[in-house]
Amino acid sequence: MTAEPRSRVRFYQVGSFAVGNRLVGSDQRNAQSDPGRANSLTSGHRACEGCGEALGARYVLDAAMRATGGRLVAVNATGCLEVFSTPYPETSWRVAWMHSLFGNAPAVASGVAAALRVKGRSDVRVVGQAGDGGAVDIGLGCLSGLFERNDDVLFVCYDNQAYMNTGVQRSGATPPGARTATTEAVGPAPGNGFGQGKDMALIAMAHEIPYVATATVGDLFDLETKVERAMSMQGARYLHVLVPCPLGWAAAPRDTIRLARLAQQTGIFPVIEAEGGGVTGVSKIRHRVPVEEYLRLQGRYAHLFDAGGAVAAPEVVAGLQAIADRNIERYGLLGDEPDKEES
Amino acid sequence: MKDKPFAITLDVGSSLANKTGSWRVERPVYVDRLSPCNHACPAGEDIQGWLYRAEEGDYEGAWSVLVETNPFPAVMGRACFRPCEAACNRSGVDEAVGINAIERFLGDQAIDQGWEVPVPGPATGHRVLVVGSGPAGLSAAYHLCRLGHEVEIHEAAPMPGGMLRYGIPAYRLPRRVVDAEIERITAMGVTLVTGSPITDASSVMAGDGFDAAFVAVGAQRGRDAEIPAGDAARVVDAVLLLHGLEEGRRPGLGRRVVVYGGGDTAMDVARTAERLGATDTVVVYRRTRDRMPAHDEEVDDALAEGVRMRWLSTVARAEGGRLVLEHMDLDDEGLPRPTGELEELEADSLVLALGQDADLSLLDDLSGVRTSGGTVEVDPDQMTGCSGVFAGGDVTGGERTITGAVGEGRRAAASIDAFMDGRAPTRPLDRPLAAADRLNLWYFEDAPRMLRPRLEAARRRTNFDEVVGGLGADEALFEARRCMSCGNCFECDNCFGVCPDNAVIKLGPGKRYRFDLDYCKGCGICVQECPCGAIDLIPEPR
Amino acid sequence: MLAQIEGSRAVAHAVARCRPEVVCTYPISPQTHIIEALGVMVKSGDLAPCEYINADSEMAAMSMAIGASAAGARAYTATASQGLLFMMEAVYNAAGLGLPIVMTLANRAIGAPINIWNDHSDAMAVRDAGWVQLFAETNQEAVDLHLLAFTLAEELSVPVMVCMDGFILTHAVERVDLPDQAQVDQLVPPFEPRQVLDCDDPVSIGAMVGPEAFTEVRYLAHARLSRALEVIPVLAERNAEVLGRASGGLVSPYRTDDADTVVVAMGSVLGTLKDVADGLRDEGTPVGVLGISCFRPFPADEIRRALERSRRVVVVEKAFSSGFGGVLSADVALALRSRSIPVDTIVAGLGGRPVRAASLRSLLIEAHHGGLDQVVFCDLQAGLVQGELDRMTARRRSGSPAENVLRDLGAVAPHGR
Repeated sequence: MTAEPRSRVRFYQVGSFAVGNRLVGSDQRNAQSDPGRANSLTSGHRACEGCGEALGARYVLDAAMRATGGRLVAVNATGCLEVFSTPYPETSWRVAWMHSLFGNAPAVASGVAAALRVKGRSDVRVVGQAGDGGAVDIGLGCLSGLFERNDDVLFVCYDNQAYMNTGVQRSGATPPGARTATTEAVGPAPGNGFGQGKDMALIAMAHEIPYVATATVGDLFDLETKVERAMSMQGARYLHVLVPCPLGWAAAPRDTIRLARLAQQTGIFPVIEAEGGGVTGVSKIRHRVPVEEYLRLQGRYAHLFDAGGAVAAPEVVAGLQAIADRNIERYGLLGDEPDKEES
Repeated sequence: MKDKPFAITLDVGSSLANKTGSWRVERPVYVDRLSPCNHACPAGEDIQGWLYRAEEGDYEGAWSVLVETNPFPAVMGRACFRPCEAACNRSGVDEAVGINAIERFLGDQAIDQGWEVPVPGPATGHRVLVVGSGPAGLSAAYHLCRLGHEVEIHEAAPMPGGMLRYGIPAYRLPRRVVDAEIERITAMGVTLVTGSPITDASSVMAGDGFDAAFVAVGAQRGRDAEIPAGDAARVVDAVLLLHGLEEGRRPGLGRRVVVYGGGDTAMDVARTAERLGATDTVVVYRRTRDRMPAHDEEVDDALAEGVRMRWLSTVARAEGGRLVLEHMDLDDEGLPRPTGELEELEADSLVLALGQDADLSLLDDLSGVRTSGGTVEVDPDQMTGCSGVFAGGDVTGGERTITGAVGEGRRAAASIDAFMDGRAPTRPLDRPLAAADRLNLWYFEDAPRMLRPRLEAARRRTNFDEVVGGLGADEALFEARRCMSCGNCFECDNCFGVCPDNAVIKLGPGKRYRFDLDYCKGCGICVQECPCGAIDLIPEPR
Repeated sequence: MLAQIEGSRAVAHAVARCRPEVVCTYPISPQTHIIEALGVMVKSGDLAPCEYINADSEMAAMSMAIGASAAGARAYTATASQGLLFMMEAVYNAAGLGLPIVMTLANRAIGAPINIWNDHSDAMAVRDAGWVQLFAETNQEAVDLHLLAFTLAEELSVPVMVCMDGFILTHAVERVDLPDQAQVDQLVPPFEPRQVLDCDDPVSIGAMVGPEAFTEVRYLAHARLSRALEVIPVLAERNAEVLGRASGGLVSPYRTDDADTVVVAMGSVLGTLKDVADGLRDEGTPVGVLGISCFRPFPADEIRRALERSRRVVVVEKAFSSGFGGVLSADVALALRSRSIPVDTIVAGLGGRPVRAASLRSLLIEAHHGGLDQVVFCDLQAGLVQGELDRMTARRRSGSPAENVLRDLGAVAPHGR
């Protein structure tokens, strides 16, 4: 099942970036604009106000449901997404969904895929879901196994950059400088230390699987296009979605999408896609923004600024800017060439 | 599936039982704000409203919305000075939306396709006299006619249109356009009597049984500068020159023409002089370009056509074949001061374009009408001091633009309608403005403005062909779609899509959305992400 | 079909005849030969349709089985020792989700010190996980129990673990009557899952359950697992009818009717014990043997019935709860709580230590005469242990006991040389 490639609708007010566009045919619209969308994760879930992960999960699964004509099974790791969606006696899922453990979601997904294959149900597709803890830390072994076997699973990491469900502890995806409950903003080097962390997209790419992409909840069109692309392929596919967490980032709930957008526009979170281990596309930065603007909206970086709002830890801000600059350089996030989907 | 394991396996979608709306401390509400373009439009057009239709390619629908307020889209699409575009929030993204160009496109389409305005409402039996067939008078007549009133326009000139015809040169406003849009009004049943100057409104009203009158005779009389002029000097009034030209009288201006004044009429007449064969046309103005009342585009066009400008100069006296100019400078408040420095300038003729006044003699017998500074005083409902006599357009002063005149004609029509019906006129509700800081500009992709083609300067000199061309359909569509719909929902589905709790219900095309307060947690993402600033977050009512 | 065959390969044959649809594998001794043999069968096409997955860990292997089972496929895996512990979280999870996975556990000791040889420490470590745990005495029984295991698992929607002694059974080549496909098809009906991840009939599997219902969930899991005590005898009887031999069941009494002393044990040591009992009976000592085939759920009633004439019970077990004593012994004692008879424990065969008939014989004679300590370690090298105990008394930090013992045995050089 190959979906017709969609292109951003140019020359229109917001057609390129808003959710919907009343001026184009339904086949060119985002899944989220459809009143009959799957609502794979429906109302009544217990996610915090402004939860980026709830949004991301609905975006991804609704797009996958559309791409598969509803023939979809989801497997979930333990974490916020699981806890807020399925506390007995209510579930918010409207897709076939199962949760087993924290660290094993990729393997469970592999098992589901194997079962479907052996039963000749190759039309039914499998999506695995985990947070950053479940994907880059405790689940990394299973995920790597899924990749190297090239099991027919789209595995999605909803990255909110810490263990939010347990109360905001540091994960392998926590950025430098960020305050978490286990990297407190105290002492001579407050917040998380500098280091590479785990760049899960690159780790996935090193497995040379068919498809790897990063995305954010700040650009729905890009996210849906990537899900569709992923669902048009067979084998192991990995999607890493940045989902801001108002609680863990100590940010205003209303700023969730704004933060995701800033993460991309600063370059601190490069939005790319890769096939067979090689980068095939990047989302260009439309309006470059200094990292500081992104940091200021988040309480987890509050210690980098003094009470008057001046930068109190210039070396940390510069260090984060350097990471963004490196991403921009590495992936060519600036430049005049149009995004590949616009070419 | 039967026999599900207790508690561990659950029926899908069962969380709907959990009404998370109870968490909320703030709630979103949809609002409609006044867009800056609509706010700025002197004609009172619902610009955003007709652009919304045009975006869909529904040009006739867009035009229908347009002519709800303005019967002259094709005229206005050429002659309006576009306060809407100056106010447009899109200039904060790239450039203002080319509203005027789209308006012209729609107006031209309507003429080409023969689109019709709605038939007038049932006859009321009321009769209204309209004096003057300029934009104000025609606008009032049009709206009154639509309301079912019988309207009779009396025009002193042999042809209708007032300033549309006698004030604006044909290279800016082709006459076939003027004719077509006036014909649409007369076709509705408005009676138009040309060559019929009204000198005594009072007696006409009483004699012909009119229930009300609308006086819109314009300001046709050029102001005199009282410049000392020798016998041999040729001094011409700009208004008379343009008027005469329209009636086929070509004035002998010579090759060296000096135009005195800094308004749009000065530009019009300077550019006209070029077209009449002048080789050296100079505009003399007492202040600087930035203080010139003429619109930038007019000045640019004049310069492009070879007109020269003499800033900070006045005409001290005129003699045969030459003028004496005096240099000025500006004081701290920007007012020009004579310097005593004189300079001679060769000129075959001097055209005075120093402003216009109205001839108000027809109102002399109407009791209660007050005038001041050469204009008629009216109340906010356009009524003069004499009950039943209304006035609008240049005769009442104001900004003296065609667009303003159309707006005044429409407001006067509404007031006259109410007056004849014994009602108080209804005024539009004041809505708060959709300021740029309410918008989320991220969502608007850079889309450079579509420019209208312009006749090359070299090809303009020998004729009165229209200088500015129109947009094609694709360009007009593109341009319409640059509208950001400031302050009013345009159904982009963003709120519907960005809600983490699926608490926005999409009601279908044209019906917008509704918040599902059972589940809305009040996070405010929809407010933050609404591209056009049409959602507010308010404290949860207790 | 009679075959002279290694235990692992015989089990693989039986598993294959049960038509598993997804086989999730990760190598660990001593179960590896089972998955190797299955791998050959899948790759050659002898076993089809079947997905054979090389997992990246035991955790992954069990998790894949969970996913496959939840998606409605008959899932199988095998492990041992450390592998079982590595997948422990998923072992509990499979039971909690009620997924009828069948797993062969080739029983092996748990480190440190690392030890690849047989005992029952691994099985005992997951006794509370919610799985049915069946113990095979012989390779024939191991084969037959797998047939029963699939049927039982799917009948009750519970996972079943077939325990067989590592090396002693898995690597033993002996005569086994391998069931043919027709027989197995008679005994193992197609899988009809109780719940399945189905996009056409979606449910959410694996909810979070709080204090308001967790007790009830656990109670129901207990009730469901306990039903195996009713179902197993029925299935065992059907097995016997179709296969023409008895195997499995809940318990297997041997000469217990008139036994004063009954030895209770699980797995392959039962064979030795029966020989010892025969010998003792020849000498006039009335000893019987009670094999426990089904350890979880625990057949307390059957055990009580089987032991109702005995005056003394000795439990021989290959596992041990440090700081407490015998694991099986405690369960047996609990089953006999209404009778005040001694229940002694002989811990034997830890980490592959040979369980010698002579040693058992002397311990049983001692027990029969009431002279046994409550917990006895069979063939313990007392002198060696005493040396280490002395050192521990002398110095608080005396180094690794394991290394010290090896040093005493002369296996490594003493300190300072």
